[in-house]
Amino acid sequence: MSRVVVVGGGPAGMAAARAAGAAGVEVLLVDSGARLGGQYHRQDSRAGTERFTLPSGVEYLGDSVVWALEPVAGGHRVHVRTGPADGPGRTGRSVDTPALVLATGAYDRALPFPGWDLPGVFTAGAAQALAKGQGVRVGERVLLAGTGPFLLPVARSLLDVGARVVGVLEAGEPVTGWLARPGGLLAGTGKLGELAGHAALLARHRVPYRRRTAVVEAHGTDRVEAVTAARLNPDWTVVPGSSRRVEVDAVCVGFGFTPQLELAVAARCALAGGFVAVDVAQATSVRGVFAAGELTGIGGAELSAAEGTIAGASAARLLGARPAPPVRALRKARTGRRFAAALDAAHPVRDGWRSWLREDTLVCRCEEVPYGELCAAAREREAYGGRSLKLVTRAGLGPCQGRICGRAVAELTGIQDAAATFARRPIAAPLRLGELAEDPGPQPEAL
Amino acid sequence: MKVLIDGKETVAVEGQTVAGVLLGAGVTSWRTTRDGGRPRGVFCGIGVCFDCLVVVNGIADVRACQRLVRDGDDIRAQHGAELPS
Repeated sequence: MSRVVVVGGGPAGMAAARAAGAAGVEVLLVDSGARLGGQYHRQDSRAGTERFTLPSGVEYLGDSVVWALEPVAGGHRVHVRTGPADGPGRTGRSVDTPALVLATGAYDRALPFPGWDLPGVFTAGAAQALAKGQGVRVGERVLLAGTGPFLLPVARSLLDVGARVVGVLEAGEPVTGWLARPGGLLAGTGKLGELAGHAALLARHRVPYRRRTAVVEAHGTDRVEAVTAARLNPDWTVVPGSSRRVEVDAVCVGFGFTPQLELAVAARCALAGGFVAVDVAQATSVRGVFAAGELTGIGGAELSAAEGTIAGASAARLLGARPAPPVRALRKARTGRRFAAALDAAHPVRDGWRSWLREDTLVCRCEEVPYGELCAAAREREAYGGRSLKLVTRAGLGPCQGRICGRAVAELTGIQDAAATFARRPIAAPLRLGELAEDPGPQPEAL
Repeated sequence: MKVLIDGKETVAVEGQTVAGVLLGAGVTSWRTTRDGGRPRGVFCGIGVCFDCLVVVNGIADVRACQRLVRDGDDIRAQHGAELPS
C-alpha cells in the first residue's frame, strides 16, 4: 500500500500530514521529538494533555530519528530508529515511499566568540525549549544577544519562567532594514502585531532593548559569570571604548537559523541560497520529494504550516488522490514569503563578527579547533576545499558533524558552499555500532 | 520518581529530560571535553550540538536534552571520551 512519509512534526510536517490525510491517503509522520509541535509549538513534555490531533489515516511515530535515506526504484527508502534518545534499545524500521515530505526545520545559528563554549552560554532556542518544554530557566540573570525578531519571544519565555532578563541586544539596525522593504513590511502586518505584543511585555518588565550591540566575550572558569557587551559599527566590528562588563549567569545567543538539510542533501535535492529549492507545489528538484517549512527559507510557523498544507496535497496527488487545490494555503504562502524576504533583508549577519575572535577561540566546539589553528591550516596547507580542511583540522568531524560550526568555518576559510560541504551526511544522525550491525529485520515495508 | 545524579538520589517527574533534571538541580555542566578537559553542558537544547552528552545507565554519549528520564535512571557525568566497557 503506498503512503506518504512526512519527516518532522513541527508546523510544516503536521500540516503536510493533515493535508495528505484529509485527501484520503495513508500517512506516516516521523518526528524526533517526544511530543508533536516541533520547536515553535513545543509542548511541555511533563504535561499529560495533547494539544494536537491528527486525522485517522495518519500513523504518528514520535521519538524517532531518520538516520538515512536512500533512493529505490520509484521512490525513497526511509531508515528510522525509534526509542529513547541515543540508547541501544531503539528499534529499527525501514519504509519505502513514492512521496516523501521533508519538514525537518531549522536550528539557531550561533556565531563563535571568546568564551562561547562555557556552560551558561546557550542558544536562544535552548532557552526557549527549556522554558516551554521543561519549565526550566537557564539562569537567574540572563542576557539575550544576536539578531532577528526571535529574540523577543525567547525573552518572553524567560520572563514566564521567572528569569530576570537583563537585556536584549540586537546586533543589527532592524528599523532601517524594515523601512527599506515597504512591500515586505505590509505583508507582515500580522507578525508585526505579534512582535509589538512582545515588545510591550519587555517594556512592562523594564527589559532594555539595545540596537547595534552584541555580546563579544563570555567570562568565567567553569561557567559564565559575566560577559563583555559592546556597541557595534555597521559592519559589526566593535566600537572602540564601548565595551562594558555585565554580570550574568546565562547568556543566550541567536543569529537567525540554519536549515536542517542533511536528508534533503541525501535525497540530492537542489539547493538555492543555502535552502532547499522548491516550486509553488513545494516539489523539490527530485521527483517524489517535497519540502516545506524552514528547510525552504526562514519565515516562521504560519508560512511553514501553509507550505506544509501545499506539500501534503502535492504528495497525496502524486499517489493518485484528488485533493482540492489548497487555495488559502497558496495565498498565505505567497504573502508569507514576502515577509520572509523582508525579514532576511532586515537582519543580515555582517562580517565584522570575525573580529570578535581570538587565536584561541574555539570555532569547532566538538573537536576543539581554535580559530588560529583553523586559519593556519587553511593558509599553510592550502586546505581550501571543505573536505580537505575537515580532514586537516578535524573541524566539523565531531558528533555534531558541523551543524554548529559549519557556516562559521566556511566563512572564515573562504569555502563557497557551506551547505553542500557540511550537510552531506550519509548517516544523517549518530547511530551506535551495535544498531548498525543489528540484523536488518523484516523486509522494508513496500511502496 | 527518583533518579541518581552522580550517585545522589534526586526527585524527578515524568516527562522531564535528563537536562531538565540536571539544570533544575542547579547543575550546569556534566561533561568534559576529550582534549582540553573543558566543562560543557546544554548549548543548543534541541538535540543538534551534542554538547550535553551524559552517561545514562552505563551508556555514554546520550544527549541529555533529548533523553526523558525513567525511574531509577543512573545518570553520571561524562569525562573525556568514554569507551564502552
